[in-house]
Amino acid sequence: MAGEMKFAKSHEWVRPEPGGLATVGISKYAVEALTDLVFMQLPPVGTRVKAGESLGEIESVKAVSDVYAPVSGEVVEVNEALPGHLDTLGRDPYGAGWMVRIKPDDPSELAGLLDQSAYDALVKS
Amino acid sequence: MSSTPLRTPLASWHESHGGRLVDFAGWSMPVQYSSIVDEHLATRRAAGMFDVSHMGRLAIEGPAARDWLESLLTRRVADIAVGQARYTLVTTDTGPDGLTILDDALVTRETDAPDGTPRLAMVVNASNRDRVVAWLRSRLPASGVSLVDRTAETAMIAVQGPLAVATVCVLCGDDDAGRISGLGTYRAARAFIVGQPAAVSRTGYTGEDGLEVVVPATVAEDVWQAILAAGGPRGLKPCGLGARDTLRLEAGMPLYGHELVASSDPFAIGLGLAVNLDGAAGGPRQFPGREALVRLRAAAPQRVRVGLACDSKRAAREGSAVVAEGGPVGTVTSGSLAPSLDRAVAMALVDRPFAAVGTRLTVMVRDVPQPATVVPLPFYRRPGPRH
Repeated sequence: MAGEMKFAKSHEWVRPEPGGLATVGISKYAVEALTDLVFMQLPPVGTRVKAGESLGEIESVKAVSDVYAPVSGEVVEVNEALPGHLDTLGRDPYGAGWMVRIKPDDPSELAGLLDQSAYDALVKS
Repeated sequence: MSSTPLRTPLASWHESHGGRLVDFAGWSMPVQYSSIVDEHLATRRAAGMFDVSHMGRLAIEGPAARDWLESLLTRRVADIAVGQARYTLVTTDTGPDGLTILDDALVTRETDAPDGTPRLAMVVNASNRDRVVAWLRSRLPASGVSLVDRTAETAMIAVQGPLAVATVCVLCGDDDAGRISGLGTYRAARAFIVGQPAAVSRTGYTGEDGLEVVVPATVAEDVWQAILAAGGPRGLKPCGLGARDTLRLEAGMPLYGHELVASSDPFAIGLGLAVNLDGAAGGPRQFPGREALVRLRAAAPQRVRVGLACDSKRAAREGSAVVAEGGPVGTVTSGSLAPSLDRAVAMALVDRPFAAVGTRLTVMVRDVPQPATVVPLPFYRRPGPRH
């Protein structure tokens, strides 16, 4: 069973999956704030990432933004279909719009992230 | 610059209609309403309307107004006809090479006052308004010319696209509609739009046919809503500064602070047409910076402005290095996905040996080399006849 979805202040979401993996994407708020997405770069499988460091890039007509890793670990799966179908992010940011699956070094790291209500409060402020 | 952004007379409208407001050159301006791409394409296919009230609007009047501007601007003013607009640079003779470009501007000769006094209008960039006004004031003669900054008391709306002129004409009486639809490019007239007095010019910054309209601030929202109501059913959309930037980029138009800066060589960036070294009847003109411009015109510039078409949809951005043969040969001045072309384009200043159309270059986009080709400017040219 999937665990509770958590959010980073930099607008990524992370969801614990059965088997100890964590799925990562960007929030609906982030997708709507970016709009006009034209390009996405995701890391290759096997990349080691550190929480708070760049995991990939997403580019809109206006600007390029980094996507930050919400947890440290190893990228074990990448949504290869996503960069060619960026509209998926707008339609289903928490489902088909997932970006990578990470094997966290320390699953307790997720506890330090925002829960849904705290994140909602952040983006409404 | 004040810390609280200035608000145009349309700022409340933008806020209540989904405009995403950002601080731009000291003004709170909408960067977009729905999507930059949608707004851009609406302007190309039907029409877009833009609040450009942040641009500085100056009124220059008096018996000596024309002679005074003639002595200050790179472009001839003495032979501007009533109802004609000209693109000019505002220069001083300061700086290491005896030339500083303070701004680029549009100067329009309006109808003379009833007593025959000349009246001119100048539109300057928001980011340069304070220093241009200060410079002009420092050069004002003791009498014969008045300079009034009308930015706060007026609003400026750009209506651009194939349906722009027809949309505005619907809101005018027959005489005014005929006069507006008959305006040539860079021509201006006064008219009443939904009964409100307006200065209308066939100018713009999108590469489309269109108008720029100046109205009193108090009626700005009425005029804005009337244009939207008239054009909306045919595809006109309100557009933010995001689309304005992608439209002008596709049209190959320079933007002050990017392609054009204080130390630019206008001849190297394709702005030679903004410089009249000589008067209409021959013989040298006199204006600040002319000597430097004479030298620049005679010399071959090291770097020139080019258009780049990128292989990838990844946009080269301002400041990206352009490299060839392992070394730097230029810098990107503006870049974005071009919505009408569905590819990334950029304008760049590159060393002359690498500026020929067809030259393959590499742009460093966030440290990743991206191939690009030098292409002619503009990237986009609108179909159909010119006015």
